[in-house]
Amino acid sequence: MSEQHIKLPEGSIEKTTTTLNLGPTHPATHGVMQNILELDGERIVSADQTIGYIHRAFEKLAERRPLAQITTLTDRLNYCSAPLNNMGWHMTCEKLLGVQTPKRVDYLRVIMMELARIADHLICNSIMGVDAGAYTGFLYVMQFRELIYEIYEEVCGARLTTNMGRIGGFERNFTDKAFQKLEKFLAEYPRALKEFENMFQRNRIFMDRTMGVGGISAARALNYGFTGPNLRAAGVDYDVRVQNPYASYQDFNFIIPVGSTGDCYDRWLVREQEMWQSLSILEQAYQKIQAFKGAEAEVYHADTPAYYLPEKKDVYTKMEALIYHFKIIMGETEIPVGEVYHSIEAGNGELGFYLISDGGRSPYRLHFRRPCFIYYQAYEELVKGSMLSDAIMTMSSLNLIAGEMDA
Amino acid sequence: MALTTLNIQQRIQEKFGESVSAVVDSYGLLEITAPRELNLKVLNFLYDDAALQFQFLTDLTGVHYPSQKGSELAVVYHLHSLKENVRIRFKIFAPIEQPEVYTATGLFSAANWMERETYDFFGILFVGHPNLKRILNVDEMDYFPLRKEFPLEDQTRIDKDDEMFGRGGTIK
Repeated sequence: MSEQHIKLPEGSIEKTTTTLNLGPTHPATHGVMQNILELDGERIVSADQTIGYIHRAFEKLAERRPLAQITTLTDRLNYCSAPLNNMGWHMTCEKLLGVQTPKRVDYLRVIMMELARIADHLICNSIMGVDAGAYTGFLYVMQFRELIYEIYEEVCGARLTTNMGRIGGFERNFTDKAFQKLEKFLAEYPRALKEFENMFQRNRIFMDRTMGVGGISAARALNYGFTGPNLRAAGVDYDVRVQNPYASYQDFNFIIPVGSTGDCYDRWLVREQEMWQSLSILEQAYQKIQAFKGAEAEVYHADTPAYYLPEKKDVYTKMEALIYHFKIIMGETEIPVGEVYHSIEAGNGELGFYLISDGGRSPYRLHFRRPCFIYYQAYEELVKGSMLSDAIMTMSSLNLIAGEMDA
Repeated sequence: MALTTLNIQQRIQEKFGESVSAVVDSYGLLEITAPRELNLKVLNFLYDDAALQFQFLTDLTGVHYPSQKGSELAVVYHLHSLKENVRIRFKIFAPIEQPEVYTATGLFSAANWMERETYDFFGILFVGHPNLKRILNVDEMDYFPLRKEFPLEDQTRIDKDDEMFGRGGTIK
């Protein structure tokens, strides 16, 4: 190659730092995202994040879809805990429509949401192990996520993109088999979680890799709009389940674990403790469900025929169900004009839905407050001055889900 | 003393008078609307005031209302006072010919990407933003896709039969 073909960018000879393209498809990035790191030796001088590789324009799509069809879009936000997104969306619609759900529906929702939270935290924490070089824990706990997915399957028929529930409740009552699977999970999981914890919590290598890495102060975390385990690891006890209870979370006893330094290790610990709390909430919710007797024990949706999609067999045999089915599907139901913001505590923070309705069958505007989109912008501040290997660790400890970030 | 919407309304009335309105919407959330050149003043006041302390920016986004001539674009902030656990919504409107509003990045680091996203989809120019470029869409894009004049389907495509895909129909 002759000299004239080599075109070096301006100033590249004098440059003393190295530019490293981390991603977009690097196994350690857990999703399609790119980081352009400027390195001085192995130390990070600056980081420039590029996102949007799997942007699917959900907010635009939602402007042409009736409310019930938007649930499938929310599945694909944080796909590690799709039921959480589904329930959050249904509750937003219920707020707009003024639908009150019965207690049993709330408790059933709490069961699904807490299972999803465990699945979400489990992935994040075990993936952190993988990035620190411990693959075993990840493979071991996967079989317990499988148990959760089997419960999803029993409840809604799907495993990953669940499209679970309807506005007003669930599409069908939980089967006995679903509760048996829940019992099996509650019986088997604590032992495995303890084992998983033993493997990492006081592990010298894991501690060295995570302690003091990617830390952030409470003030900076709040300024950056951190929510969820990442904010709590920095020492702020903000949890939407407690601050603005939804789905009857006020009926449950649980603790909000907080960290102090906001580093990767604290984030890991907070998630770990939250899984124990979720287990306790699951037990409480299951007890509450069992306490319903007679007709109350059969309730699985609110009595709002104008918004709740009737069961298919009723549509074929009953006049009223057929009418309501037709009205809901064709967008003939009365939808109030107004604006609502509703948020839930999702796996990685406050997942908010800002819904503007002009009375039409689909939203005038729908905006998702995606927690990881908001806190990923702090990444540069978190990794500046640390080593390249710390950048990987920080990234996986933040629980970034590309699907949610790019919407 | 717990912070009520009435307190907030009074504080805002005292400070800004008639130029800033604060009304409770039908779902119980206080909605503040201000002229766009006052947005930073209002945000700063809400942030600094000892009784209010709206120091957490929950959400920032845009909305397009093509029928409101002269104030087609809205910027909507959702703020949260964590200490008092009160949420409010703050809105400003800008004309589409000159959609310039001051950036809130000086106050909230979180606003950086949120404003980039709002610029990306609505073309709202945040004056003073340190790095105002597209974030989710490709850099080469020359329009703002969430504005209402863009229907859902890509209008530049000719390989699809309009009739078969419901384009240009009357379905609302």
